[in-house]
This record gives sequence, structure tokens and C-alpha cells, in this order.
Amino acid sequence: MKTKFLIVLYIIFAVALSQSCSKFEPVAPDEGEILDGPVEGLSFDQNRQFLAGDVAFNDEIFTSQTGLGSVFVATSCGSCHAGDGKGTPFTTLTRFGQIDTTGNQFLHLGGPQLQNRALPGFTPEQLPQGATFSKFTPPANTGLGFLELVSDADILAMADPTDANGDGISGVPNYNYLPSFIQPFTSAIPQGGKYIHRFGKKASAYNLLHQTVNAYNQDIGITSTFNPKDVYSGNNIDPEISDQTIHNVVFYLQTLKVPIQRNSNDAEVIKGKNLFTQIQCSSCHTPMLKTGVSNIAPLSNKIFFPYTDLLLHDMGSGLDDGYTEGSAMTYEWRTPPLWGLGLSPKSQGGEYFLMHDGRAKSIEEAIQLHSGEALQSKNNFNQLSQENKNALIKFLKSL
Amino acid sequence: MNKSIVIVLISCCLFLKVNAQIDPSLLKIQPKDTVKNALNMDAVYNRPFIGVNKMPVSLGGYVEANWQHLGTDGVSDGHQFQFRRLTLFVASTIGKRIKFLSEIEFEPAEKEIGIEFAAVDVEFHPLLNLRGGMILNPIGAFNQNHDGPKWEFTDRPISATQMLPATWSNVGFGLYGKTYSKNWMFGYEFYLSSGFDNSIIDNNENKTFLPAAKQNSARFEETASGTPLFTGKIAARNNKIGEIGLSYMGGIYNKWQDDGIVIDDKRRLDVFAVDFNTTIPKANTYITAEWAWVNVQVPSTYTQQYGNKQQGGFIDIVQPIIKRTILGWKDAVINIALRAEYVDWNVGKFNVTLTNIGEDIWSIMPALSFRPTSQTVFRLNYKYQQQKDILGNPPSKTGGFSFGISTYF
Repeated sequence: MKTKFLIVLYIIFAVALSQSCSKFEPVAPDEGEILDGPVEGLSFDQNRQFLAGDVAFNDEIFTSQTGLGSVFVATSCGSCHAGDGKGTPFTTLTRFGQIDTTGNQFLHLGGPQLQNRALPGFTPEQLPQGATFSKFTPPANTGLGFLELVSDADILAMADPTDANGDGISGVPNYNYLPSFIQPFTSAIPQGGKYIHRFGKKASAYNLLHQTVNAYNQDIGITSTFNPKDVYSGNNIDPEISDQTIHNVVFYLQTLKVPIQRNSNDAEVIKGKNLFTQIQCSSCHTPMLKTGVSNIAPLSNKIFFPYTDLLLHDMGSGLDDGYTEGSAMTYEWRTPPLWGLGLSPKSQGGEYFLMHDGRAKSIEEAIQLHSGEALQSKNNFNQLSQENKNALIKFLKSL
Repeated sequence: MNKSIVIVLISCCLFLKVNAQIDPSLLKIQPKDTVKNALNMDAVYNRPFIGVNKMPVSLGGYVEANWQHLGTDGVSDGHQFQFRRLTLFVASTIGKRIKFLSEIEFEPAEKEIGIEFAAVDVEFHPLLNLRGGMILNPIGAFNQNHDGPKWEFTDRPISATQMLPATWSNVGFGLYGKTYSKNWMFGYEFYLSSGFDNSIIDNNENKTFLPAAKQNSARFEETASGTPLFTGKIAARNNKIGEIGLSYMGGIYNKWQDDGIVIDDKRRLDVFAVDFNTTIPKANTYITAEWAWVNVQVPSTYTQQYGNKQQGGFIDIVQPIIKRTILGWKDAVINIALRAEYVDWNVGKFNVTLTNIGEDIWSIMPALSFRPTSQTVFRLNYKYQQQKDILGNPPSKTGGFSFGISTYF
């Protein structure tokens, strides 16, 4: 009798366990606390392509057998963008060889990017003598599809090359020629055969296909039909990645969700947001932009809040590394989006590595490194009371 | 390689078929208490075999299958039913003090059929035995003592299977021996064998990963470095205290020359391990633990993604709580158990920031097991695991239940 009772008890326990086991598993972090995940509203087939891109971006590790290097910076896309967030000095890359708008004078010596690592038995690149350089810390990936869909007309509307409004801020777009594999947007407004570029620290990548192809090639040493040049030998070689994989990664980057603001109703956050506009941070870190028409419905005609104008600004001599790309000057940097700023430590090993090369270890330090066109805003910040400074920082951390 | 496996399998099948008509009473089961061993080094022979009449060949094996439901950070693949492996043993006494044992493993999920062990042992003296063939390198204890039915946990230890590459077999030759004195037992093993290759620092795990070399079946014909991998172990056991083993495995691992032309520097791999097991008297609490240190020379011009130091280990504590006749099984045992394990895949600091490199994992696994006989185990496990990436970002958390069965046959 006792044995039968135990058997029945065991069966009940086993059934209950199998039906409720997910209750004993770690719960998902709050949606606002993570950067990865797709934008809402994708179709089934779009979700499949997102997942394929996710795997290629985060899980595909390149080895010598699959085309890594022979010289390289990283072994995978995800190595530089943990959790789709910002990178760290470990994966910070070095670009060199261009000092003005005449182009890169060190392409024959391995420019524009230093592949500072090499497979065993190979020698990594060395910085050529006389080459100026700049270090670039990997940016976050989220919301890039929205930024890609901002029209040239909207970008030009934010530009003020001659500082016509007299506010001391004169953003300009980075115009450059397109590589042969890039088709310009239908809404593009070219100037003398050059097109407005928008991605990267110097806004030197036209769109996400351009950015992805360059990253595979320059960061990992992977050739493709789009860019068949081997970074080690300089020769054109067979593609080491399929076109489909690149398209999947581009789709993944396009359809990553935008960062979700946290504590947006907190009184101090609201106060900080108002101060952000009052002290003219928003003159460059434009809060709101809109997308144009896209064949990916969830991206089409959307209002979003990236806190960037996608333009180049003079940031002063302190941030002038003597290196540039496209039509940017060496002292000009593209306004980085501030969305996701508060989540940076979750992808940067618990610390902040801000500004283009990660030199700022806190938001306050990053503000102090602003100069040039941003000098007045920095001075405005420094004149705030400590209470107001705290509110502004809290707002920035909520993004 | 595949051909030889097929031949062995066909031989096994024919053997079974030939004997299918015989009186079952002629099948002589040679049971072993597989929970308590003499020394870990004896594990390959300390298994239950079935002998047929006076035939010199014995057969055995084990099987493992399980259900699991795991989730990571709120995402689960749901109910998963897994057939982990089927392993067959064939042992024979070839002649006086000459014997042979083979272990062939089928892992359908890995689409893998592998010879894990196939060696001839020749005894010159109890202290001097020659072993040659496909050997299990005696690094740590788990590699030689890995049979599923011996353990209360569905998953094999992370440190033993992903940091150390259990089961790690190579072609090699070596010597072993044992001696006894009252409550003491001493043993040694030394082997020279084929070994690792450059894949341990060039693989799709994106970390120094010794098991990557297992994918290279060419090691059964050609040693990448052209130099032998040395593996040695000494062990001592006191019947009242327990057993401790100290082991080392090392050598040049990379292909540094090809066709007589030098193509790379020689780089070494050195692994040290200590293992311990004991049974606490009266309480009958069984404890087994293993810890290992891995040192791999990695070029400074390569990426720190591949670390040059790793360390990790596990401890299993098994406490019998009921031992009596249950459902007709005499001396059936119900155990509670706990495994704690940890691996740091990349010990050291980043060159650029001098901050600690992350890339570690820890796990705890409480378990409830039922052994109707010592050769069969039903096990219910709960796993909770945290894993950090190389940057030390907030860990991914995995948890969930598994239920499985493993038995010798």
C-alpha cells in the first residue's frame, strides 16, 4: 500500500514538474535593460532572416580554416559588440593614413586600418612611420536600421555649414564617393558625384551594407564578392563569406530594436531632459528623427529618439588625432547617438569607455572632453548646480 | 578508421547472433560494484561484463538517455529528449597475462562513432605492464572513469569535458603498474601518445579549447607536432582515507614544420591535475573532486580571446539516504547529491587595460538518484549556471531540470 502510494506520488510529482519546469528557470531581464532583440512587427520570414543574421553576427567565429586574417582585429562580429552594445579598448581598432580630404596616402602600406593581430606564424601590421592615426572604439548596433532611413533632406535640414543661426554650431555632412557595390538611396541628394555618408565615427560609411562589408574585410580579414581584396596579401582572392550571409547580417543590423528609455517618468529624469535642451546639448544630439519609407514595415515612417544629427562637428583640438576619413576634417567627429548610453557598462565590462576611442571613463569626463562647437554647451554644464548636473546625468543614464 | 569500426561492429553482431540460441544460464554476468573502485586507473576494466561459457571474450556496455528542460535568461528551447551515447565494450584474454579491451562509443547527436579505447595490455609484473593501442590519457580522473552509470548527474563535468577534453583518446604506448601494502595502494601510469594541434587556439569556440583537437581524426595517423604527448599519473590510495592522484600531460602541440620546412615556432601545452575521492565511513558519503590547470603557449601577436591559462574543477558529493529493497530490487539505493563546478577559461588580465579577463562559468547541480542496482541509475538533476563573457559583462543565467537513465548492460 505504501509502495503504491509512493508510485502515485512520484507520477504526480513528475507530471507537475514537467508542466511547470519553466517556473524554475532564470527569468528574462527587463526589456529595457538589454540592447539586443528584433524590432516589433516583423513577419515570420523576416524573423527567420533576423535569426540567421543574429547567428552570423554573434555566433560565427572565424578561424584560419574559415578565412580569419591572416591579419585581423577580431575573430567575430560579436567580439566587438557584446550584446550589441559598445566595445572596449580590447577591441578598439586603429585607422591611419589620411590627414585631409585628398584621401588616404597610406593605402599601399596597409591603410586605412591597422590589423594589429595575426594568426600564429604570421606577423601583424605595424603602424607605418609618419602615419597619423586614430583609435575607434566599437559603437552599439541598436537602432541602426532607423538611422539608415533618415532622408538626406532631413540631414541637410539639420546642417548649418556657415552657422547661419549664429549659435556657434555648424554641422556638415560627410560627402564621399560610393564604392561600386553600393546603390544610392532613392532619396539621396548627391553633390558633385559624392553622397552623404552617415555611419562610423567620421560618418564614412554610406549604409549598413557598406559598413558590414568593410567590417568583415578590415576587422576580420574576410573577403566577399563585394570586397575581394585580402588585407594580408593585397591580392583579390575567392570570397570567404556568402552574399546571403552578408545580407542576413545587414538585415539583422537593420531590424535590431531601438534602445528603450528607462525611468522616463522619473521627475529627476524629466528635469535632466529639460536641462539637456536648455544648455544646448540637443543642438547636435538631436533628440528626435524620423525614418522614410522602407520595405520593412516596422521601420517605415517612424519617429524615433536617437539623440544625434548624423552630422560632423568641430570638437576642438583635444579630440583632433590628426586622422580623418571622407570629407571630414581631422577635428570633426560625427555626433554619436546617445540612445543606449546608460546600458554601456553592461557591454563594456561594467565600466564606461566613451568618446571615439574610449578615453572617457564616465559621462562627466566625456562632457569635459567636448570642445570646439560643443564648448559653450560644456561651459553651460559646468555652470549648473550639482543637483542639476546630477539630474542631467541621470537623464543620460536613462537613455 | 571507419572500416575498422564497421569490422568490429559486425564482429560484435555476429558474436551476439551466434550466441542468441544458447542457454541464457550459460551467460555469466561478471558484475562489478561500479561505484567504488580500486584505483581510478582500473576503471577501464572495472566494469560489468558478460562472459559466455568458457569463451575468452566478454561483452559489456552502457547507455545514456535523458529529458531536459533548460532556459537561459528567460529563453528556453522547451522539452528536449536526448540520446547521449551508447557504448560497447569488448574484452578478451588473449593469452597468459595478455589481454585486450575496446570501448566503442556512438553519439548520434554528434553523428559520431568513435573508438575511445582499444589497447592490448601485457603484464610482465604487477608493477610493470605494457599498454599499447588507443589509450585514454590519464589526466585527472574523469577521463578514465567516465562511464555514465557511475555518476549521479546527466551532464558530465564542464571542467573535465570542455576544459580538459574527456574523453581524450590517442594512439600511444606506455607503462603502468600497481603495488599494495596493507591499507595502502600505489599506482603509476606513463604514456607517450599522439596529441593536440593548432585548433586548440584556433576554433569556433573563440577560446582556448583543448577538445577542439578531438575533431582532428588525423591524429590517429599523424601527430601534428611530430613530437609525442607525454601523460603521466601517480596515485595513492588508503582504504580508510581515500585516493589522491597527481597527473601531468604536456608537449609541443602545434604543427611547426611541414615537409621539412619550418613554418612556425614550437609551442607547448602543459596540463596539471589533481583528483581525490573518498567515502566517509558510517555516513557512506561519497566525495569525488578534480581540479586542473592548463597552460598553453599562445603567440603574443595573436588575440587574447585565446587565453594562455585556464583552471577549473568540480566536486561531487553523494549521500545515500535509503538502502533497502525497493519495488523488489534488493539493496536498491536512493541518493541525494550535489555537484559544484567552476572553470575560468582565460586566467589573466587584458594587455590594454590591465583589468581581469572574464570568460568564466560556475554551476551547481543538486540531484536525486535511484539505483535499483549499482549498475543502473535514474537521476533527476536541477542545474543552475552562470557564465560571463570575456569582458566580464553581466552573466547569462541558465537553469532547469533534467531526468535521465544510464545503465550498464
